[in-house]
Amino acid sequence: MNIVVCIKQVPDTASTIEVKEGKVVEDELAWVVNPYDEYATEEALRIKERFGEGKVTLITMGPERAKDALKAELAKGADDAIHLTDPAFEGSGPYATANILAQALQKVDYDLILCGWKGVDHDDGQTAIILAEMLNLPHVSFVVKLDIAEDGGKAVAQRQVEGAKEIVETSLPAIFTAQKGLNEPRYASLRGIMSVKKKTIAEWGAEALGLDPSSVGQEGSLTEVVEVVPPPERPPGRVIPGETEEAVRELVRLLREEAKVI
Amino acid sequence: MDNVLVIAEERDGTLKKVAYEMLGEGGRIAEQLGGTVEAAVTGPGVSHLAEPLAHCGAEKVYVADSPDLAHYPEGHADVLADIVRRADPAVVLMSASFRGRDLAPRLAAKLSAGLASDCTGFEVLGDGRLRITRPIYAGKAIAEVMEKTRPQMATVRPNIFPVPQPDPSRTAQIEQVEAEVGDLRAIVKEVVQTAAGRVELTEADIIVAGGRGMGGSENYAIIEELADLLGAAVGASRASVDAGWRSHSDQVGQTGKTVSPTLYVACGISGAIQHLAGMKTSKYIVAINKDPEAPIFKVADYGIVADLFKAVPILTEEFKKLLAE
Repeated sequence: MNIVVCIKQVPDTASTIEVKEGKVVEDELAWVVNPYDEYATEEALRIKERFGEGKVTLITMGPERAKDALKAELAKGADDAIHLTDPAFEGSGPYATANILAQALQKVDYDLILCGWKGVDHDDGQTAIILAEMLNLPHVSFVVKLDIAEDGGKAVAQRQVEGAKEIVETSLPAIFTAQKGLNEPRYASLRGIMSVKKKTIAEWGAEALGLDPSSVGQEGSLTEVVEVVPPPERPPGRVIPGETEEAVRELVRLLREEAKVI
Repeated sequence: MDNVLVIAEERDGTLKKVAYEMLGEGGRIAEQLGGTVEAAVTGPGVSHLAEPLAHCGAEKVYVADSPDLAHYPEGHADVLADIVRRADPAVVLMSASFRGRDLAPRLAAKLSAGLASDCTGFEVLGDGRLRITRPIYAGKAIAEVMEKTRPQMATVRPNIFPVPQPDPSRTAQIEQVEAEVGDLRAIVKEVVQTAAGRVELTEADIIVAGGRGMGGSENYAIIEELADLLGAAVGASRASVDAGWRSHSDQVGQTGKTVSPTLYVACGISGAIQHLAGMKTSKYIVAINKDPEAPIFKVADYGIVADLFKAVPILTEEFKKLLAE
């Protein structure tokens, strides 16, 4: 069972996002593996362990620093990694990114593809599903449980939707997007961290993938972020004084008479 | 004609509230584009939904009603791509629910159309292009986005736009669409309901949420009692989900759901930045926490520094009295 995991490097969720001149200030940010992609990697490792054979290949698109994300997941046990990196890729939106991934995956042997359901940076949640369409594969989103049939021909996944879980059976190969709850990602062991040096990280740019520069980056994207602004400020918080019982009564009065929400 | 096509989400034969919200906002956009708002609804046994869509403003409704469409989203993207090509709208709106966010990228990819996710605002520019507002980093920043394609597609965050007043005298032109879905690859075998009759977090007007201060899953009963009294949804912080007290589907925040209710009652939630990102756009925030230094009090319109186990039952009693009036 050969599994590809698409990952992304994103700012740590504990980061404050500072905006300056219409852009997010990236210099001071701490970068981590997108949390949803960690569930994807973990699931891939578990499937490989269950089958006792095959390979887990990580793939990411991003600048030089994104290599750290690959290394972090290689240390957990993935076998090898592909870093799609090229100045021409900068500014790629979901469609252009999926296009780059689709092109790269033509050179990779896989039985299934796992991705996080969205990046916690831009919150698009599109790339994996566009990729499925480009590769003409079925997909199951927001997966919280995944069982691969023993012959590797099909999978049964649980998809989380509002107020329900849907049990979906799909043929393979297919793309699954991981939701929180799928598993509990492992930490890298010391030995795992040491092993990273011996693993290969291939580097592919636009030329190696035979991609026309106009099909990637901002030019190849179908959407454009024209400006980033800080969120509207909330009025400063207010604490209702008094003993608990008195304060709660005052709260109810304010909700009724001032906020008019009850 | 520069029309707006609203792809209406239904569940078990009922339209989701966000479908109406999109008709209202879609109608406003269409008016500025000099067009009309149309709707499409796809699924098994959905024909009767054309009527409520018409009442809320749809001039024309495309209906694909077929048992072959029982395996959402499989097949739906093909049928909708067909409808979009036929209707040739300037703008396509879909819901930013799980279902909408599952289907929209497939449809956009089929149409090679730009798609903006989970949008909260639309401005129509002079050339007919939209300047779209969408929160990023779970609301820690706001992106203004434009698209290069026709149609311009967007998924719309629930609970942002008002539901238009239905007018039962309105009718729409109905166009039945053949559902040619081809080979189904991902089949829905079973649907297991998880939320027992409670309103969904992202659609709720009121959310009562409990955090680390709850101390254990058994203590959520007081939160649930208050929520049920108010017809509210129950939310949770990451700490309480990671502790195993609540299901992840209840989690509010950067690795959970982003919510914008009218009233958010945070009980025993300290207000970590990841949590605040997910609920800061709530209209009113109430915080009940023992720690006067908790960051949640910085965003709370009404804060009470108290033991939640004392304050919440009193709050429930007071609301009971008020609602009995």
